[in-house]
Amino acid sequence: MAEVQVHSYDVVIVGAGGAGMRAAIEAGQRARTAVLTKLYPTRSHTGAAQGGMCAALANVEEDNWEWHTFDTVKGGDYLVDQDAAEVMCKEAIDAVLDLEKMGLPFNRTPEGRIDQRRFGGHTRNHGEAAVRRSCYAADRTGHMILQTLYQQCVKHEVEFFNEFYVLDLLLTDVDGVRTTAGVVAYELATGNIHVFRAKSVVLATGGAGKVYKTTSNAHTLTGDGMGIAYRRGLPLEDMEFFQFHPTGLAGLGILLSEAARGEGGILRNGEGERFMERYAPTIKDLAPRDIVARSMANEVREGRGAGPNKDYVLLDLTHLEPAHIDAKLPDITEFARTYLGVEPYTEPVPVYPTAHYAMGGVPTDVTSQVLADNTTAVPGLYAAGEVACVSVHGSNRLGTNSLLDINVFGKRAGIAAAKHALATETFADLPENPEADVIAMIEGLRASTGTERVAVLRRELQETMDANAQVFRTETTLKQALADIDGLRERYARVGVQDKGQRFNTDLLEAVELGFLLELATVICAGALHRTESRGGHFREDYPNRDDANHMRHTMAYRAVDENGHEGVRLDTKPVVTTRYQPMERKY
Amino acid sequence: MATTEAAPAAKVGAIPSFEVTVRIRRYDPERDSAPHWEDYKVQVHGTDRILDALHKVKWEQDGSLTFRRSCAHGVCGSDAMRINGVNRLACKSLLKDLDPSKPITVEPIKGLPVEKDLVVDMEPFFQSYREVMPFLITSGHEPTKERLQSAHDRERFDDTTKCILCAACTSSCPVFWTDGQYFGPAAIVNAHRFIFDSRDEGADLRLEVLNDREGVWRCRTTFNCSEACPRGIQITKAIAEVKQALLTRKV
Repeated sequence: MAEVQVHSYDVVIVGAGGAGMRAAIEAGQRARTAVLTKLYPTRSHTGAAQGGMCAALANVEEDNWEWHTFDTVKGGDYLVDQDAAEVMCKEAIDAVLDLEKMGLPFNRTPEGRIDQRRFGGHTRNHGEAAVRRSCYAADRTGHMILQTLYQQCVKHEVEFFNEFYVLDLLLTDVDGVRTTAGVVAYELATGNIHVFRAKSVVLATGGAGKVYKTTSNAHTLTGDGMGIAYRRGLPLEDMEFFQFHPTGLAGLGILLSEAARGEGGILRNGEGERFMERYAPTIKDLAPRDIVARSMANEVREGRGAGPNKDYVLLDLTHLEPAHIDAKLPDITEFARTYLGVEPYTEPVPVYPTAHYAMGGVPTDVTSQVLADNTTAVPGLYAAGEVACVSVHGSNRLGTNSLLDINVFGKRAGIAAAKHALATETFADLPENPEADVIAMIEGLRASTGTERVAVLRRELQETMDANAQVFRTETTLKQALADIDGLRERYARVGVQDKGQRFNTDLLEAVELGFLLELATVICAGALHRTESRGGHFREDYPNRDDANHMRHTMAYRAVDENGHEGVRLDTKPVVTTRYQPMERKY
Repeated sequence: MATTEAAPAAKVGAIPSFEVTVRIRRYDPERDSAPHWEDYKVQVHGTDRILDALHKVKWEQDGSLTFRRSCAHGVCGSDAMRINGVNRLACKSLLKDLDPSKPITVEPIKGLPVEKDLVVDMEPFFQSYREVMPFLITSGHEPTKERLQSAHDRERFDDTTKCILCAACTSSCPVFWTDGQYFGPAAIVNAHRFIFDSRDEGADLRLEVLNDREGVWRCRTTFNCSEACPRGIQITKAIAEVKQALLTRKV
């Protein structure tokens, strides 16, 4: 039986990707801070981001934060909370400069300034033409951000608990208000359980791409932070909006940056046609991701795909100078060579949309504080990055805005969490037996004599999500997905693990992760079924138009258990914050 | 008829599969007194990676097989291991590049304590990394806007910014195997990344650290590190540049 240890910190940050480490740099200098991470910090998936981070520095051409805000709102198909988008796009400039001062090796202009390049959906003067706004370091911007933030954490001696998997969020009733008391973590190396008391907790656990089969996401992106919040009765916002990145390596889903198109790459169908001219006549291949992904899927569906099975399209870089490709896109071209055996200098690269990013997540306000409903904040609880929904991405995130989001709202979360902790005299009381639920889950899985296999259930989940809840959705497909997931959840109750040991039990870990994935898949599909319109990343073939009268609002999903113990999803809505921009038809 | 025609059509683009034996160095201190080899037969495609083969073993045969992995495309640095005797990332090693007629050996990287199967204790590795002060050191007031850096100065340290801290280099180094106190190539690479950054003012401090008896002078230029690096960093060259900087005190 595992040992239980108790720790106390002012601030506990869960996750050590970009958002978590950006928060840690702020919180760590102000208050006693611990960072708990399922992985070693430098393994986090921020490091896989490629193309850049937008900010209206105007280093290479005229630009301003208001244009960036407009693009973000329009890109999100008007479901963006405009107050949050304003904060992000204004603070973007300092966020980039902060990183440069920390040492991030940005590409430079001939004058030695931070260079900027074009990216999907980012335009000059409200849609006139593509603008150079993305600050970048070749096609390794995420890698550089992750390394730079880790370097700063080393400098500031941030305390990390590596390979500590947080499995529960502790909330205690204080004078009738659910208040943050800490988290419970499972130590992978030993199997021990650790209770972390904290005055503030920051969730920065990233996304949940592994609900899908074809995804750019890491194996470890299983929506843990969203899952633990949801299980504790907190809502999840806008989970039906999942971004499919247009250019995943065909069949593999490995990301090829939009920067490939920003640098001049062109998408072609099996007939060699530059088909984006038909779908987005003004900015063509640099239309936002939802539009490009849908256009690609449509080309394939209508028989104009490339390859022996006509099941992908082509990303053509062959007209670019090899030296330019080497300087600006070295990694993604290496991916094409390594994994598909394709030489991008001379051959077009097979690509197809890949599940990439959850626009939805744990709802927060602009201070990064988590909301328990439409208006009530949870004292001491913060969230930032992909786990959160603030909502700056609305129904479709623009490329580069995720690296921006983690830096702006990670920083805000770190500062706010430290401030709250310092202003709070005593820790909230822990619930009685705070570790009991986690131990019950862990030991239940370890002791199970069930014969269902984690890998089998996960594959079936991913296959039904790819088939039924991907780029195109209908009532029929979503109902099919929900029925499949229900069946899988029933079988999950009989899942068994072969490794019964305490040390580095990744067999057990994968079983726990699958539990989160199943729960989140239900929320995604329930929201998607209820949203009888098409907006941004959510396209309903049976409701192909945006319906502002009935659906210009956020979805709030709560876990609900009826009197028979049957678990379901209760859906509510939350108004969208509109400041400057009234909804318009979205054309590019 | 439609169904009988559809079946072969679907196979046009199919990739042939074949069987390989993966010979894995297993060790669970909770159960085993010593490490031992175990063979697993798996059906794979030429386009599969070693990581796919390991997943097949774990997911279909033995759930207790333990290894680290995350991104699965060579950027997170989790899955460095010794494959057929050389250090590689499992997610970047394609089966088509290995001889399928012989068992493919997979073992943990050398020189770091084995925790379980292919998982090693990375703490000594990160300790050396931290000791070279791997962060920008500057003095004076911060500028209001960005620090300027010419494209030429940016290029000077580009190669060493690519490091993903996977430890493939350090754990391929014979000096590191025999002397675990040696900083190792990865720490020197990360020192190089700052020593040659025109914005940084901490070069002397780092050079002093690397002038230590466990520093750069232990390097015997065997080039194992450069061959092992999954990011193609010219590590031996970077180490030589640090040695040169120590001799001339010029960067």
